[in-house]
Amino acid sequence: MNATRVPRVFLVDDHHLFRAGVRSELGDAVEVVGEADEVPAAIELISERLPDVVLLDVHMPGGGGKAVIEAIKPIHPEVTFLALSVSDAPEDVIAVIRAGARGYVTKTISGPELIDAVLRVADGDAVFSPRLAGFVLDAFASMPPEFDLPGPLDPELDHLSPREREVLRLIARGYTYKEVARELTISIKTVESHVSAVLRKLQLSTRHQLTKWATERRLI
Amino acid sequence: MYRSREDRIIGGIAGGIAARLGRDVTVVRIVFVLFGLVSGFGVAVYFFAWLLLPVEGSTETIGSRALSDRQGMTIVLALVPALVIMLLVGSALHANFVSSWGLPLLISAAGLVLVFRNADDEERVRLDDSVKALLQLGSEPRQSRRSFLFRLGTGLVVFVLGVFVISDGALSRSWLRPLGGTLLMIAGTVVLLGPWWLRLALDLMHERQARIRAEERADMAARVHDSVLQTLALIQRSADQPQVVAKLARAQERELRSWLFEGRAPGSFGAEGAATLSAGVEQIEREVEAAHGVAVDAVTVGDAPLDDEMRALLAAGKEATVNAAKWSGASSVSIYVEVEAKRVSMFVRDRGAGFDTDAVAEDRKGIAESIRARMQRNGGTAVVRSVPGEGTEVELSLPRHAGRA
Repeated sequence: MNATRVPRVFLVDDHHLFRAGVRSELGDAVEVVGEADEVPAAIELISERLPDVVLLDVHMPGGGGKAVIEAIKPIHPEVTFLALSVSDAPEDVIAVIRAGARGYVTKTISGPELIDAVLRVADGDAVFSPRLAGFVLDAFASMPPEFDLPGPLDPELDHLSPREREVLRLIARGYTYKEVARELTISIKTVESHVSAVLRKLQLSTRHQLTKWATERRLI
Repeated sequence: MYRSREDRIIGGIAGGIAARLGRDVTVVRIVFVLFGLVSGFGVAVYFFAWLLLPVEGSTETIGSRALSDRQGMTIVLALVPALVIMLLVGSALHANFVSSWGLPLLISAAGLVLVFRNADDEERVRLDDSVKALLQLGSEPRQSRRSFLFRLGTGLVVFVLGVFVISDGALSRSWLRPLGGTLLMIAGTVVLLGPWWLRLALDLMHERQARIRAEERADMAARVHDSVLQTLALIQRSADQPQVVAKLARAQERELRSWLFEGRAPGSFGAEGAATLSAGVEQIEREVEAAHGVAVDAVTVGDAPLDDEMRALLAAGKEATVNAAKWSGASSVSIYVEVEAKRVSMFVRDRGAGFDTDAVAEDRKGIAESIRARMQRNGGTAVVRSVPGEGTEVELSLPRHAGRA
């Protein structure tokens, strides 16, 4: 995105009241270029207006946020997505991330935090809410050896490094990137790159098939 | 490796070994007694362990203190000539048992001297008590003097008989010697020391019961604090809103009734069929949000079935969450729970006012009783980090024991 202008944002949510709420919370920090309340309309309007960031509800009739991302991503890779949701099952949230969203925040997020998240995504960074960090830690948790992996394990993609795990843990504890950086005495940029690396692993790893396993059998 | 405080008859060594090996303490005790009777070195080993192992919860050993106890060392050195005399007499009389028992017995005597002189106050009081009990055996009111003398006499005769059977080859069957002798010695010891031993065991039981009662009381105080005192504080803060006060009072009344008459502890977890840790965390989320109007964001990684220790963790975590909701002024509280193979951690964090952790008033039992002491009673830890103006984070950690998953 061009740093001199505010990001252009598009809202997709089937609740009218919620879209109005988000609009007023975002205020002047971003330019809201449109909104949609269902999947087909969203796909059409986004390809027409090409916003920088799409704020996307995970759950919607007609395939949900995942369907929107899958339709837009191949033709307009420059459009970024931030998933926004009340509270969802881990597999739905991770499915949206794997489809290509750059982050996930809960709807209880405060106005300034939401603006911060949108700016971050517009800059190409990843945004992890505590809940998403928790889901990821769960999905990448150690598995029993007898579990049969579909396909070979890629050590590069299927494991979190200790540092990444540490960063995720702090995010799950409710730390902001700034606080994570201070706690681990690293720069905010380093925190961002760790989070982006985790996002990449989450999108590419074969471990996603384990998410279902992880949620069904969360007892360690 | 340490000496046990819980399973202690003399020095707590058998208890410590049993805890280390994961065996039953009685088995270890029997091994010690047999080993002691057979060679006498068992007793010496016991005293060495007593000197060299720190008591549970401490790092200093009695032995390290004994090194700087000059008088004690002098007494121990004075025992060496006694040993030499004993060995000489033993070999002169061809009494093998004197020479084979002399060395371990003297080592034990030296150990006893050093232990007695250098044990810490708590342990010395215990030793004093047992010695007193031993000395008072004859003067117990319900026991006549004659029966005591009779017992003393019988015990000594049987014991000495045992010693002779072992040392002297008068019996025709040689395998009968060690066996019969040992049995006779044990019988003599039991007759001599049985009542004393019984009394020690009774004392030990009473001590244990008293400790359990004290822990129950502390648990109860923590529960009352969590429910009744918290509600009273809420009522004070909404004194100008009669409806709110009435609602709070009714809810509290219901909770107390169900506790007193149905035995369901207030704020107990798992009561509504929630039998896992994550369900308990959700319960905290729900209850605190409803009672205090503060958003609670809970994230749980992994899960585990609820047991008493997990319930204590949840209760402490709920208390921390309620504190954050009530005092921090923050609009949201974050909870993070992670279940690992070896431990469970819970973090409760707010970005509110924070406080000076050293300046908390004495009568505010919340952190000390409901959080810290509760975690300690269950083998866990609690750390409170707070910076005035930046917020507070409470970290609770509970070890999980292998084989309980």
